[in-house]
Amino acid sequence: MSGGAPKARSFSKAAHEALQDTQLRRNLARATSTIREKRLRATEELPDWQGLREAGRAIKAHTLAHLDHYLMRLEQNVVARGGRVHWARDAAEANAIVQELVLATGAREVIKVKSITTDEIGLNDALSAVGVHAIETDLAELIVQLAHEPSSHILVPAIHKNRAEIRALFLDAMGLAPSELSDEPAALAAAARRFLRGKFLEARVGISGANFAVAETGAVCVVESEGNGRMCTTLPETLITVMGIEKVVPDWRAMEVFLQLLPRSSTAERMNPYTSFWSGVRPGDGPQAFHLVLLDNGRSDVLAQPERRQTLHCIRCSACLNVCPVYARVGGHAYGSHYPGPIGAILSPQLFDTPEADTLPFASTLCGACYDVCPVKIDIPSVLLDLRLRSVERRRVRRGRLAALETEDGAMRLAAAVFAEPRRYEWAQRWARVVQTPFVRDGYVERLPGYLAGWTRTRDVPAVPARTFREWWRARERSGSSEP
Amino acid sequence: MRIALFIPCYVDTLFPGAGRATVEVLERLGHELVFPEEQTCCGQMHVNTGYQRDVIPLVRNFVRTFGPYDQVVAPSASCVGEVREIYPRLARLSRNPELVAAVEALAPRVHELTSFLVDTLEVEDVGAYFPHRVTFHPTCHSQRVLRIGDRPQRLLAQVRGIELVALPSAEECCGFGGTFSVKNADTSSAMLASKVANILQTGAEVCAAADNSCLMHIGGALHRQRTGVRTLHVAEILASTEAHPWVPA
Repeated sequence: MSGGAPKARSFSKAAHEALQDTQLRRNLARATSTIREKRLRATEELPDWQGLREAGRAIKAHTLAHLDHYLMRLEQNVVARGGRVHWARDAAEANAIVQELVLATGAREVIKVKSITTDEIGLNDALSAVGVHAIETDLAELIVQLAHEPSSHILVPAIHKNRAEIRALFLDAMGLAPSELSDEPAALAAAARRFLRGKFLEARVGISGANFAVAETGAVCVVESEGNGRMCTTLPETLITVMGIEKVVPDWRAMEVFLQLLPRSSTAERMNPYTSFWSGVRPGDGPQAFHLVLLDNGRSDVLAQPERRQTLHCIRCSACLNVCPVYARVGGHAYGSHYPGPIGAILSPQLFDTPEADTLPFASTLCGACYDVCPVKIDIPSVLLDLRLRSVERRRVRRGRLAALETEDGAMRLAAAVFAEPRRYEWAQRWARVVQTPFVRDGYVERLPGYLAGWTRTRDVPAVPARTFREWWRARERSGSSEP
Repeated sequence: MRIALFIPCYVDTLFPGAGRATVEVLERLGHELVFPEEQTCCGQMHVNTGYQRDVIPLVRNFVRTFGPYDQVVAPSASCVGEVREIYPRLARLSRNPELVAAVEALAPRVHELTSFLVDTLEVEDVGAYFPHRVTFHPTCHSQRVLRIGDRPQRLLAQVRGIELVALPSAEECCGFGGTFSVKNADTSSAMLASKVANILQTGAEVCAAADNSCLMHIGGALHRQRTGVRTLHVAEILASTEAHPWVPA
């Protein structure tokens, strides 16, 4: 991890805290609204953005349907060009492979390109455990690493930090006197650049993730803004890439589609500054040893689920985070996972099967803003619904008969039984009208008990009125008049 | 036209005014209405909370109740969205091919009120009069599931005397989300705070929408905060005429 594992908590508890952090709220509101506007402009200027999205979805769906074939082709072509491919079933295997590869070079430091996949498996900690220090070279990842915090956003990991906080971190880490560094963004970037230059020139091992890997030729691709990816993948003698198996694409033609979809959806640019492709090794030029570590870590389980496999379409653009009204208020740490926001709410519970992750599918109003902007058309609300069903059904299996004793489960069963019979439903309406009486003031109830208490902390709720619709209708039918 | 009324459970129980207004508007346009009393609830709350299997009996009840009718109309984009988009999924979950077929046949005949007025009845001026300042909140289900677009606004624009004011950041979710409003009450309230602030910014007297679900949440805060702004369903505005103008209850 760049700065540590996110704290595992139930989403509602984490959100409760995050919502009170006024600095975080302001940083997030400003950053997300700015990028939202930009993304809209960047996508609307294209003649057929919707057609591009559909093409992206179709390529991903096809690739996933033949994932074994494309992964084999990828391996074949990487090896043919002088690289080596390693298959890692899970995080432990992947870490063991990378540890061994790094130790074999004798290097005690490695430079890293931002890779959430390496965060997912906890690679930095695994390297540290064998005496190897991993230096993050992406500016925002460097910031969160120095702060010993986990990233809070897929694209802009330090979105929760402002420049005063960053300056404080740099003064400490780089041993600078306060007079030597202002909090102007250009000055902060220059300080980071000087700090990182030394690291780039000394490093013997570079570690990256991959945005895409082209099966047709074995070319691996990193899409970035700062140029540190270019440095890490060309300067060191040894390059190790850790890549989730779902990142493979069939051919170069697919890259026409994704290189249009990704920059416009993520940084809202027509084109990002640096896109790097490398295939294997070339004697005398660039890394002389290239290792591709293919990571499963639960992905093939996701693939096995018809409703949920579209989760693997994700190209990690973070457009969904930037339009999500929930993410915009609670930030990434509240999701307790390296994958936050709407995509995190579906990916995290599938990759990390924990009780805390199981609260994530409920961290949404199903508003659908994410689905509208997803460049590969992941129907996130649909997958959320399926994961909610999974959550309830697994709890019922786990608790057996006791499940019905839980407030929500018992209430839902009761409500379903009431709604199943019209006469029962009408009786419940009349009963509610009677029972509410002591709590009604001027037609509203201001305090609800138990499971419903959260409502009335900030809202009133209307009382059941003297006549329901159906009572009015019946009275009207009986009297035979059409007067209201 | 003979139209069967689908009056959602919370409209029936808490907001009967929206149901009465729906009757008023459709009868004023000359149509015959039926209210099949066997209807109860579409089950959306259960589905969205993970209790999908529990409400398969409700799908059966819905199909039994409304199957006989050519046109079914409801003053609720979210409930119609449930029937059209989610019922096929629930029917598949039931593994009953007859139910799957019945849902497939019925769903296209179930309409949200404003879509029905504009698309099926091809009317935008329903003869309404409502001399108040109104802002419109486009609910997420109506925009992203049913995609009714600006149909409600087109109907409101024809209302005599109305002063329509655009709602800033209208497309942002109000934070209701069914049980999300209680299970994640803090986040729900934070989202609601933004929606209320935007409503107050318009200076409107009324916030209208095509769904009483969101309005219950928005109106709950507008009332709690004593803002002096109220919520009304679009139907209630369309039902108001010069002969029988809407008055606060």
